[in-house]
Amino acid sequence: MSQHQAPAAGVEPAAVPDDIAALHDVDYAIDGKTIFRGIRIGIRRGDVTAIMGPSGTGKTTLLRLITGQLRPNAGRVIVDGLDVARLGRRDLYALRRRMGMLFQNGALLTDLDVFENVAFPLREHARLPERIVRNLVLTKLHAVGLRGAADLQPQQLSGGMARRVALARAIIMDPQILLYDEPFAGLDPISMGVVMRLIRSLNDALGISSIVVTHDVREISRIADMSYILSEGQVVASGTPRELHDHPSPVVHQFMEGLADGPVSFHYPAPDLREQLLERTGAK
Amino acid sequence: MRSSRAIDVSTGLFVLLGFAAIVFLVTQITNREFSLRSESYRLTAQFENVGGLKAGAPVSMAGVTIGRVESIGYDMDLFKAVATLRIDSRYDQIPNDSDASILTAGLLGGQYVGITPGGSDEPFRDGDQVEFVQDAIVLENLISKYLFSQAGNRDEAPADAAPAAQE
Amino acid sequence: MDLLADLLTKLRGFLERVGAMTRFFGQLLWLSPGALLRFRLIVEQVYNAGALSLVIIMTCGLFVGMVLGLQGHDLLQRFGSEDSLGTGAALALLKELGPVITALLFAGRAGTALASELGLMRATDQLSAMEIMAVDPMRRVVVPRFLGGAISMPLLTGVFIMVGLFGVQLVGVQLLGVDQGQFWSQMRGAVELDDIYEGLIKGVVFGIACSLIAVFEGYNAQPTAEGVGRATTRTVVISAVVTLVLDYILTALML
Repeated sequence: MSQHQAPAAGVEPAAVPDDIAALHDVDYAIDGKTIFRGIRIGIRRGDVTAIMGPSGTGKTTLLRLITGQLRPNAGRVIVDGLDVARLGRRDLYALRRRMGMLFQNGALLTDLDVFENVAFPLREHARLPERIVRNLVLTKLHAVGLRGAADLQPQQLSGGMARRVALARAIIMDPQILLYDEPFAGLDPISMGVVMRLIRSLNDALGISSIVVTHDVREISRIADMSYILSEGQVVASGTPRELHDHPSPVVHQFMEGLADGPVSFHYPAPDLREQLLERTGAK
Repeated sequence: MRSSRAIDVSTGLFVLLGFAAIVFLVTQITNREFSLRSESYRLTAQFENVGGLKAGAPVSMAGVTIGRVESIGYDMDLFKAVATLRIDSRYDQIPNDSDASILTAGLLGGQYVGITPGGSDEPFRDGDQVEFVQDAIVLENLISKYLFSQAGNRDEAPADAAPAAQE
Repeated sequence: MDLLADLLTKLRGFLERVGAMTRFFGQLLWLSPGALLRFRLIVEQVYNAGALSLVIIMTCGLFVGMVLGLQGHDLLQRFGSEDSLGTGAALALLKELGPVITALLFAGRAGTALASELGLMRATDQLSAMEIMAVDPMRRVVVPRFLGGAISMPLLTGVFIMVGLFGVQLVGVQLLGVDQGQFWSQMRGAVELDDIYEGLIKGVVFGIACSLIAVFEGYNAQPTAEGVGRATTRTVVISAVVTLVLDYILTALML
């Protein structure tokens, strides 16, 4: 894991020049519901950065803001020096070619086999001789350990395998940034270990930056350089996994330890129990 | 991945079948007897009443279609309906004293123009007018004609009046 | 009072949808010329919507024709005009039954396939993945499907009518003894090229409408299992209603 001077735990790091991506004071709301309020996040170049938080805090929304699929209501989303929201369609697509994204369920195209799925970006964007396409595809499949599965259909793959194929597809164009949306969700321990190892090794071997959205605290803590914890549309903590583990805030503590009750309440708001029971039986 | 060749072949067959069906319909079941694109000449005819005759209705002689009604207009000066007929140039020997009548095909059929040949040696030329015409038979006129003729009979033979008057 | 407010909300929702579909249609038209360059994709979709629908269209066409033969013969026999069976059946098939029934069958088979495919792609983030891979899903996936459907429909209509006529003939001539010569000659005498144009124009219009509805519903489906199911149902229902409404309008315009 890379060592670097992290700012004091709990303080949001301001966007630094060698950030590959950053959110500056971003507001985002949909259907009247506020998801982000003045949020500030910096993604350092070359790091594996984790975005964590309870369900529903808009972690996926964050990824969509970075890819430009959503536009912020206020503030700026900067990727590789460019303001994503301001880009025209052509420039946005050019930027997206430098990104790769891994979806929760792989999102492989169902009418193509594994090989064609991985080759898809190449076929759409570049006119390469078939031999080169073949080499590239098989190389990437090899990197994720699935070279032998090239002729299978997506329906024949297990969840973990599908995700790895999707990963091969995400790196086929040698992107600068890789975005992972819940890469560990629903995997068995072995597959989880595989994915973990891949995220880290690809990040270092390809010299890219990775942003991992997840709530699998234990897994991500083993490979992340920097983590952010979001709650209620704000960054409540950031730092290395070690720092977060020792964080004083109760919200962070509950999240990191996986406690059932705490600042995020166990009970859904309801009237007093005794009153509700008595009211039902009519006894007073 | 499905064999792309198989898809191509199937799609090709499908498209061909579709086109073949359409070609079949166009050639096999339409009226190909008269095409306006062949050479033709024009005749006009004036009628007091064209009845249900419409543009596009056939013009026939002895039951054979020799042309079409091109258009039907109304002449404000003559107070008559003027029908323009397009006759196939193959039939250029129609005597110019032939008459044109508006007839009905079958009991419920559409109306058409029937031409009965006259005896003249001179044929119709492009732009000629058919002099002898017979208007469409209008049912109301027929009934009133019948009633008036009955009224006439009544004056002559009062004994037959009672049943007739009860019509 | 609640009923009125409810009605107004539904009305507004309906108008919104109509507007959205019109805008979508505009986008499809705009992208169509470009999409035709990717011939491969279009061929696949014509196969998907057209070739795969052939069996059902031909089967139904045959039986509709046969029923038409039975009913028509029975009806005309009362007036002593069985020889007009060819005419009546041909005109009925060409102008109304062919285009309308083909459209309804198309909506049921191809329309649902299109809607559910797109809905599934929406639900499993495939469309989103394409966007992020800098591939426009409209160009790559939606427009080819729309064009595939729109191209297939008139062809299917032609096949339906042809097979239908064969069915009429089967029942009328072979089974019930209508004179074969009269059957075809009466038909030839009465059917005009205009009637065929009518049928084909309807086929084209219905094809565009049903394909539009199918791809719209699929593309905009809620990304859940129920959402896809709902989109499929809506496709069939809306296609049926729109087809019949357009049928009336087109018939009135063309007569």
